[in-house]
This record gives sequence, structure tokens and C-alpha cells, in this order.
Amino acid sequence: MNGVHDMGGMQGFGPVRPEANEPLFHAPWEREALAITVAMGACGQWNIDISRSARESLPPAQYLGSTYYAIWLAGLEKLMLQRGMVNATELQTGQAHNPPLPGVRRLDAAQTAQALAQGTASTRAIDRQPRFAVGQRVRARQIHPSGHTRLPRYVRGHTGTVERVHGAHVFPDTRVGRTVPPFVDDAHWLYTVVFDGQDLWGSSASTGLLVSVDAWEPYLEAVEAAP
Amino acid sequence: MTQEHHAHSHDHHNDHSHLSEMDVRVRALQSLLVEKGYLDPAALDVVIETYEHQVGPHNGARVVARAWSEPAFFDWLMRDATAAIADMGYTGRQGEHMVAVANTPQTHHMVVCTLCSCYPWPVLGLPPVWYKSAPYRSKAVMDPRGVLADFGVQVGDEVTLRVWDSTAEVRYLVVPMRPAGTEAWTQEQLATLVTRDSMIGTGTALTPSALTGAAA
Repeated sequence: MNGVHDMGGMQGFGPVRPEANEPLFHAPWEREALAITVAMGACGQWNIDISRSARESLPPAQYLGSTYYAIWLAGLEKLMLQRGMVNATELQTGQAHNPPLPGVRRLDAAQTAQALAQGTASTRAIDRQPRFAVGQRVRARQIHPSGHTRLPRYVRGHTGTVERVHGAHVFPDTRVGRTVPPFVDDAHWLYTVVFDGQDLWGSSASTGLLVSVDAWEPYLEAVEAAP
Repeated sequence: MTQEHHAHSHDHHNDHSHLSEMDVRVRALQSLLVEKGYLDPAALDVVIETYEHQVGPHNGARVVARAWSEPAFFDWLMRDATAAIADMGYTGRQGEHMVAVANTPQTHHMVVCTLCSCYPWPVLGLPPVWYKSAPYRSKAVMDPRGVLADFGVQVGDEVTLRVWDSTAEVRYLVVPMRPAGTEAWTQEQLATLVTRDSMIGTGTALTPSALTGAAA
């Protein structure tokens, strides 16, 4: 989706403002919002791409006007409302009125450290060979899907060079296709593709700029044969 | 009051106007999810303990210090960062697939996530607010030299600026250049020079004299 979350190259936000000795959380609720979001991420009712999609499809003014933890919270509430895990009254009152949705996995304290230390691999086995090779010139496709994608607008239509091949990773664009488990789990080869800053931005680019994105094979088309 | 201080107090003012409302909302959410049986409150304590006290940029600093000290480890880190970093015990969420990139006199690396907030948690912990902010996400891919100027860092025009936009599940760690005058330093000492920002690419490692100044 061509949303406001896709910020690369937007202008007018002002300077980056690093904060000296920044605290990990700026309010008590941020600490809880982080923990709840991470713990609920294990509930099995969505995956990381569905949760990203929920955040980036918030109303644009809300997205731009919210701190990041507030975006997380709004995304989490939206996911749970969509699935009937909670309703609006329950969210308002903090008290359950309906029985819980069956099949929701609860991350227990005893498993939590292990779950965090293990993470969730996005690599998958694949029975196809990669279409592209390191050094090959490729073009980021001129696509504008209305749903979730991880191909940023600023590279679309531009030609770059394959720099790395990362193996096959689960493909975000189709992984959001089913909102309840079992989720779609298509894998495609993933590449680091590097672009010249001048090609992307003309004379507005910083001097001597190279920018890469990590792009799944369906995002790319060949402009020359493999070297 | 400097302009920067003014901007920050303004931001904090905005936060405070939401503080009690947000606190109430999150408390309500938490008790609802516990009552529904979706959430184990003790699991929240483990998450917070992990990212407040165990996982943070001190992990990444140890990786960099070892890479500076042991050429074989540096080679491994460049070849298979996931395995090399796991060898030091740093694994897990938002660091499942790691790539390390090393700064040189010719190339300065910088990492961003223009689409959200992707960040290598096992080595750097939770991202700072600026990393997730619109100014950084918008500017880093077009004007990284301007970003560096915002951080008070200058990189010569002869140096290539190499920006990595973390658009997939690969997470990037920058290995900054080792400061001069540290040849005899132990890894533990070297790690004190490695700042979080130097591992994102919005800073450089501290020099020994800057470290003394910072400690003073």
C-alpha cells in the first residue's frame, strides 16, 4: 500500500533529533505496551506481516500523529477486534463480557525467555533455483499493490545490482492473505539489491550514495542476463 | 534553553497530556487480556526484564570488540554473522538473520528501516525513538550526510555512504572503524568505545580521549 508508513525520501519532517541519555521508555505505559505486544505476538492468531499490515493501514493522520508504541497498541487492538478476541466495550472497560476466542495460544512465563532467545526464522526450504545472481542488473517492478508489500516506493521502476542472495524467505505480500491460521506461507528468494543514489534522487542525493533494499524475487525483473 | 531542549520539552509536554489516558488504557487492556486467558502477567515481567536489563547495545559492543581483536572472528562475522553472533550467546527475536557490515576509510555504512522499525534487538536492544521517527526514516535513504550532520558527525565526500534499508527479516549490524591508539586494549576495554549509534552508522566509535572526556 502506498501509505504514509512508506517514508523513504519524504520531506518536511525536520531534522533527526537524537536524545542524550535516552530512557528505554518515556512513560510507564510504553513498557507495558512493549511487553503486551511482544507476548501477544505469540498468540498464533496473526504473524509479523499481518501485524505490520494492521499498523500501516491505520488512518494516515493517526499514524503520523502517534508515537511508535501508540502505533503498536492501535495495531494490536485492531487485530484483536477483527478476530473477535475482544470487543470495543471490553477494551473500554478492561472487563471481559464475552467468552475468550478458542484456540488462542497463551505465552506462559516459563516459556518466554526461550521464545525470545529463539525468535522466529523467516527462511524456508525452496525447490527452485534463484532467478538472479550476484552482480546482475535488475529492475524493481513498477507495482502499487493496495495490500501489504515490503517493496518501498522509492525504488520502484529503478534499476540496481544484486549484491547478496539471502536464501528463500517467507513472502510478506501473500502471507497476509489469510487473516486466520493456517497462514499462507509462500517462500521466494530474497536478494539485497543496491541502487545508485543519483538514479533514485538525482542531484538531491547525498554525494557518493548507495542504497540497498532487501527484495523478494517477485519484486524484481531482469534487465540483462545473469553474468 | 537550546533549541534542542526546547523541542524535547515540547515533545514531553505532548506525552504528558496523554500520559494518564494512555496509562489507564494500557492497564485496562492488560487486565482484560489476563482475564480472557490470553496473557500471562508473569510473561510480561520476563519480556521487560529481558529488554531492560539483559539485551542491549552492550551485546553488540562485545561483538564489535571481538571482531576488532580476532581476525578469524571478524572473517566469520562477515561471512556468517548469524552464527558468529550466536557463538557469543546473542540470538533471537528480531535477530534471526544477521548481516554485519564493516566501515572502512572508503565506505561508511548506515542502517534504517524506512517502512517500520526493524532493528537488530539481540545485539542492540530496543530501538531509540529517533530510529523509529519520520525524520530518520524519510531522510536516511536520500540524505544520509544530512542525517550525520544532525548527529554532529562528518564523513568526507570521498567516502561512499552505503545505506541498508531493512525491508525484510535480515537485520544489519555496522562494525565501526577501530580508533587509533587502542592497539594494546583488551576486548573489555575496546567495548567501552563502541556506542549504539556507531553500530547503526549514525555515529563513530569513541576515541580513547573522547572516552576519558565522557567519563569525566
